[in-house]
Amino acid sequence: MIEAVQGWFQRLYETTGLNFTVFYDPYDWNRYIGGLRMTLLLSVTTILASLVIGAVGALLQSGPSRLLRGLVNGFVVVFRNTPPLVQIFFFYFGLGTLLPALRTADGLRIPLLDNVQWAILSLSLFAGAFNVEIFRSGIEAVPRTTAEAAEALGYTRFKAYRHVVLPLALRVCLPALNNNLINLLKTTTLAYAIAVPETLYAVKQIWSESQNVLEMMLVLLATYAVLVGLLVWIMHRWERALRIPGYGR
Amino acid sequence: MAGPRPEDWSPDQPIVQLIDVHKSFGSFEVLKGISFDVRKGEVVCIIGPSGSGKSTLIRCINALVPVTAGTIRVEGIEVADPKLDKLALRRKVGMVFQQYNLFPHKTALANVMMAPIHVLGQDRREVEVRARALLAKVRLAGKEDAYPGELSGGQQQRVAIARSLAMRPDVMLFDEVTAALDPETVKEVLVTIRELAEEGMTCLLVTHEMNFARDVADHIYFTDRGVIVEHGPPATFFASAQDERTRRFLSQVL
Amino acid sequence: MSGPDRPGGLPVLLPFVAPRSEARLRPAHAWLLCGLGTVALPAWAQAGTASLPPLEVVLKWAPLLLTGFAFNVAISLMAMLLGTLAGTGLGLAMLAEGAVLRRVAWAVTQVFRNVPWLVLLFFVMFLVPFQVTVFGLRVPLPDWVKATFGFSLPVMANVAEIVRGAVRSVPTTQWEAAESLAFTRRQILWRIILPQCAKRMLPPWMNVYALIAMATVQASIVGVTEMLTLTAQVHAAEGGRPELFAPLYGFALLCFFLYCYPIDRLTARLERRFETR
Repeated sequence: MIEAVQGWFQRLYETTGLNFTVFYDPYDWNRYIGGLRMTLLLSVTTILASLVIGAVGALLQSGPSRLLRGLVNGFVVVFRNTPPLVQIFFFYFGLGTLLPALRTADGLRIPLLDNVQWAILSLSLFAGAFNVEIFRSGIEAVPRTTAEAAEALGYTRFKAYRHVVLPLALRVCLPALNNNLINLLKTTTLAYAIAVPETLYAVKQIWSESQNVLEMMLVLLATYAVLVGLLVWIMHRWERALRIPGYGR
Repeated sequence: MAGPRPEDWSPDQPIVQLIDVHKSFGSFEVLKGISFDVRKGEVVCIIGPSGSGKSTLIRCINALVPVTAGTIRVEGIEVADPKLDKLALRRKVGMVFQQYNLFPHKTALANVMMAPIHVLGQDRREVEVRARALLAKVRLAGKEDAYPGELSGGQQQRVAIARSLAMRPDVMLFDEVTAALDPETVKEVLVTIRELAEEGMTCLLVTHEMNFARDVADHIYFTDRGVIVEHGPPATFFASAQDERTRRFLSQVL
Repeated sequence: MSGPDRPGGLPVLLPFVAPRSEARLRPAHAWLLCGLGTVALPAWAQAGTASLPPLEVVLKWAPLLLTGFAFNVAISLMAMLLGTLAGTGLGLAMLAEGAVLRRVAWAVTQVFRNVPWLVLLFFVMFLVPFQVTVFGLRVPLPDWVKATFGFSLPVMANVAEIVRGAVRSVPTTQWEAAESLAFTRRQILWRIILPQCAKRMLPPWMNVYALIAMATVQASIVGVTEMLTLTAQVHAAEGGRPELFAPLYGFALLCFFLYCYPIDRLTARLERRFETR
């Protein structure tokens, strides 16, 4: 099976000149898969971390502490209005070099966080800032009277949040969350700039060695089309699962 | 604060007691000294023009809105007490809203079951039996699995009544519960409330349904601009209102 | 008494409106911004006496870096212009009567909206030749022109989506009313529908602009000299001291923030105004 595919692409190269090395050269294939794995790792970890940041931020934003509210506001404003690429550079080069580093036995400098971890950290903060806004607007969209009804039934504020406000808020903000997470998946390509071997990085290495820019470009476009399509599909499944009968649009 | 303790309360005393209640929103005084008693098993209607503070008044009774001054006692519980156990209060007082305020992400049955399970920690199976019985009582057997969005306004309001009853309250507050309904569904909700009243439930209603008030109420209070202008049992209230404002209001709505 | 909600008027029912930032800067936040700059302070202490302190390095090179920033702004403006023109066409094509045109336009929009911007940039940089021949005339295409073209592609797709969404939001009764007055389809679109939704398109359009302005720094990855490239060069020229990274990139963050934050606020204000009508 694998040999058949490899053979087919090899013949394609010999007959048409279209050189999809990834599909017959195991070395390129492994590099590509490695890149894909890294993109998936970046996406999944940053999506989860940004959701946590968003939820905690939105909770603090509606909380009683003025100081915390101010901090969250400042965080949201700064991260929404500056380029994510500069954020990554600022974190990786700026803060990364300021942090104390470990040294190995033979004196090699090992930074506290490597480039992958810095990429995850800064991308999560970037997307998290948007998620704070999204969750907050969702919570605000739940009518005050619905929360009041829960209160009248004896719910504590926390229980009313957990059982009534949050389930409704989530449904309200899902479309926006959807967009932001897809955007985050696309933004993971910026990790390329600090040499994180994700898909773009791997594909670029392949085309500079195998001289097949056009072919690898097509592979790259197809890869992201599939990844985004997959995320859209998952989010739509989730949206459908949460749909309330009688409130369909 | 010196006053009767909840342990001292007995059913022959007023179940709800308001003494000189004031409420201001900023500099605007909505309630300017309201006092009245509701006895166990009584049905009390509060009527009056819009904006006369009726809804605020009823919200004060279960501590959704804090009072500015004055005393409210429910079964001897001091509502204005800063150390008030709101859970204990709200177990005794059920409330139904003008906009039903059902939880749209739960079925009718789940709406009725939620609070007893989450708030009182009661056994799910036992609660379900009771919830189904309550839905049957408000004539919604068969609608257990419908979501609020699939029900008419009158049906939603009856689910809201069942939801409140599931907490086994001693007093029910009704805040203009028919105001948002289509005329043809008003009746089904009023029938449900009347049945409750006939079973001896203590009911406090803010309402615009004068005929209903005349038929069901034991006592009627007319409020205007934050004060009680006139009150009495329906027979005397409707027949021989003394105050000019009351007469004008009645002539407009009757 | 009853608040703004009507019976059954839960937000779940209503069309979704993308959330707008309520977060805004207040005087109390000023220190937070300063914090960006003061990250350099610990570094300052470490810096040797022979070399300039970090903040002075930033000041010394600020004119050059700001020139780079101006170039970023120029690229973003041109990309926006190109993308808006192409995007309007594409958006209208998505509303065309011909099913083939509509589907093709839809597919093009989806592709350019969903592929990462950096990938699109690579796509254009590597696959568009460095010069083109028009009517026998050789026109060179420098890198920055190609980059501008690369940025205008996602703008195009996003603008197309905005146009389509806005036109769709005009009630069909408007179409019916105009049709019954014997307007042609083209007339209805240009004289009746688009004027109505132009206002509604402004905030999301400005949003796209802020995004593209912030994305222009990606041009440095494909070798176009702009602010980030210059920042790296300045860093090298100052001896590549690690403690200079934070203030230099902090300065870039600050420039973009000062440019994009007012746009964000203005967008939010317009949106609120149009919402209430």
